[in-house]
Amino acid sequence: MTTTSLTAGPRWARLPRRHVPVLVTLALLLVMYAVGVSQYRAFSNVQVIFNVFIDNGFLLVVAVGMTFVILTGGIDLSVGSVVAMTAMVSAWLLQSGLPALLVLVIALLIGPTLGFLMGCAIHYFDIQPFIVTLAGMFFARGMCTFISDASIPITDGFWTTMSQYRIGDPRGNFVSISVLIVLAVVVVAAYVLAYTRLGRNVYAIGGNPQSALLMGLPVGRTRIAVYTISGLCSAIGGILLSFYTLSGAPLIGVGMELDVIAAVVIGGTVLTGGAGYIFGTVLGVLVLGVIQTLITFDGSLNSWWTKIVIGGLLFAFILFQRLIGIRYK
Amino acid sequence: MTDAKNRYQAVLSHRLFWPVAVLVVLLAANTVYRPGFLSIEVNNGHLYGTPIDILRLSAPLILVALGMTLVISTGGIDLSVGSICAISGAIACLHISQAADQNNMVTVFTALAMALGVALALGAWNGILVSVIGIQPIIATLILMVAGRGIAQLVTEGQIITINSGPYRAIGLGHFLTLPLAIFIALGAALLVAGLTRRTALGMIIESVGGNREASRLAGIRSARMVFLVYVVSAVCAAIAGFMMTANVSSADGNNAGLWVELDAILAVVIGGTSLAGGRFYLGGTILGALIIQTLTTTVYAMNISPQTALLFKAVVVIAVCLIQAPAFRAKLSRRRRGTPTPSTPSAPRQKEEVSA
Repeated sequence: MTTTSLTAGPRWARLPRRHVPVLVTLALLLVMYAVGVSQYRAFSNVQVIFNVFIDNGFLLVVAVGMTFVILTGGIDLSVGSVVAMTAMVSAWLLQSGLPALLVLVIALLIGPTLGFLMGCAIHYFDIQPFIVTLAGMFFARGMCTFISDASIPITDGFWTTMSQYRIGDPRGNFVSISVLIVLAVVVVAAYVLAYTRLGRNVYAIGGNPQSALLMGLPVGRTRIAVYTISGLCSAIGGILLSFYTLSGAPLIGVGMELDVIAAVVIGGTVLTGGAGYIFGTVLGVLVLGVIQTLITFDGSLNSWWTKIVIGGLLFAFILFQRLIGIRYK
Repeated sequence: MTDAKNRYQAVLSHRLFWPVAVLVVLLAANTVYRPGFLSIEVNNGHLYGTPIDILRLSAPLILVALGMTLVISTGGIDLSVGSICAISGAIACLHISQAADQNNMVTVFTALAMALGVALALGAWNGILVSVIGIQPIIATLILMVAGRGIAQLVTEGQIITINSGPYRAIGLGHFLTLPLAIFIALGAALLVAGLTRRTALGMIIESVGGNREASRLAGIRSARMVFLVYVVSAVCAAIAGFMMTANVSSADGNNAGLWVELDAILAVVIGGTSLAGGRFYLGGTILGALIIQTLTTTVYAMNISPQTALLFKAVVVIAVCLIQAPAFRAKLSRRRRGTPTPSTPSAPRQKEEVSA
């Protein structure tokens, strides 16, 4: 990947090329926010921003996991189903009377286990990530309805506290505890990617797996690790979703993997791997969140416009990444 | 080695052996579970029975999977087929529902032509993104997969359009020569694609583009044009499948028509032995794959398990078939069986496969 391209010209043109996509996403986000503020009076309320985080927190956590996978050049289609399965399992276990802490531990173990198994299948048997995680997606979604066809409500005290507790200022603006968890996940993930050996290995494998192997990097271990991380993030996302909805529904999160992949791509991560940042992914999720908020504020536009706009944005960003020369295979 | 052992080896390593074996096992398990499973009866001059149902219901999947096979053989993938099914079905149903006489043949054919035209345009859009602009296929088609659902809902305005048109219904439920019409449509499409690719050089050209696009271009093949073409073909196949799906239920639902069909189609292609890396394709294997998936679905329904739980079984089958077909897994298995590491084993069955192909 291109690291820096120092060309003659104005100062702004000398930005490292790999930072450009993230900056463009940031600019887009600011423009969209400005449009919102100029059009709707209530949009400038701080709570609007907080709500974007509250409503899309679980999506952000899942997208962070997906960023790891995509950075190695893989893909994880199972995330939406794993989110649903985690929420479903916790609701089911709570209903059958297990203590909240135990449920939390079990629910947080399922996702990474599935991710670990998928990573092993991908690495040891050399099957395409697309197919393996597709099977994982079917498995997890099947497990959801296997547990129950109907949605299970959660009445547990710990869950309701997590759902309803508000951290806010005297003027009434607030965030939920989930948002703090989300921010913690983002910070940890960004640290791991940027400053640890694992993070460097992830970038190296995404750049060129052959070279990474020849350099003696642990390709297999890293590849299995990223799918496990993605599974863990999906599990955390599932828990957050169950805090948010206070139930486990078998059909929740259908098609979520697409939103997540779209957010990661809009955030400037290249799908062939090797280039991208957690910060970009955060921006990508925020862009999706702000689009939804704008469409809700407008009122006259229907929900399907969200999909069309996301599709259009995906196209624009991919085209843009090609134009500035980040190479797609 | 004896001659019989050689023949046994040849059968076992034939690329269609495992798909056929899985299908036979599925059918056998069904017959054991429900003895009347394979019986076919004649009623009103039409054939009825579970096998006929499986064939009829697998018709849309076969169509989509045919297009998908060609796309995958060029090393690409088309995620947008489900959305294209929904869009084409929605457009056709919308046109018919607005007509005064829904049984008018002209109306139905205009509707089909309009929907096919839109599908052609959508396929061309995918094709241009991949071949001209050079975007990675999985993302290029992801755009339309996400936006396409929105477009389909835009066409139906978020409603489910119901129609009452005899000729349109016939696409999904009509009969011809005692068999459901859908089977003939799928068969016709399969024969057409097989004839065009295997009786002419087209198939080989597509495979060569999938093997190495640049090398094919240097050898004088218009690689970009071939890549463009397969996406258009895939979109048209998806559109016809979309007609069948909407005709089956006489209504168009922008949200649910053709949902997950792209995943089923990719599965059918992979089960059929076509590698996702491209460079080779097996239409017969794809059709077998589609039949396996539909048989599995029907089996699960027959056992009174909810359709969503059926996904569990699908996951098991997918993993089993992929593992069996993965050279790495076969090598590990045979190494363990023989007890000694023999590095030559993984390459041996593959060579045979290529000779027999």
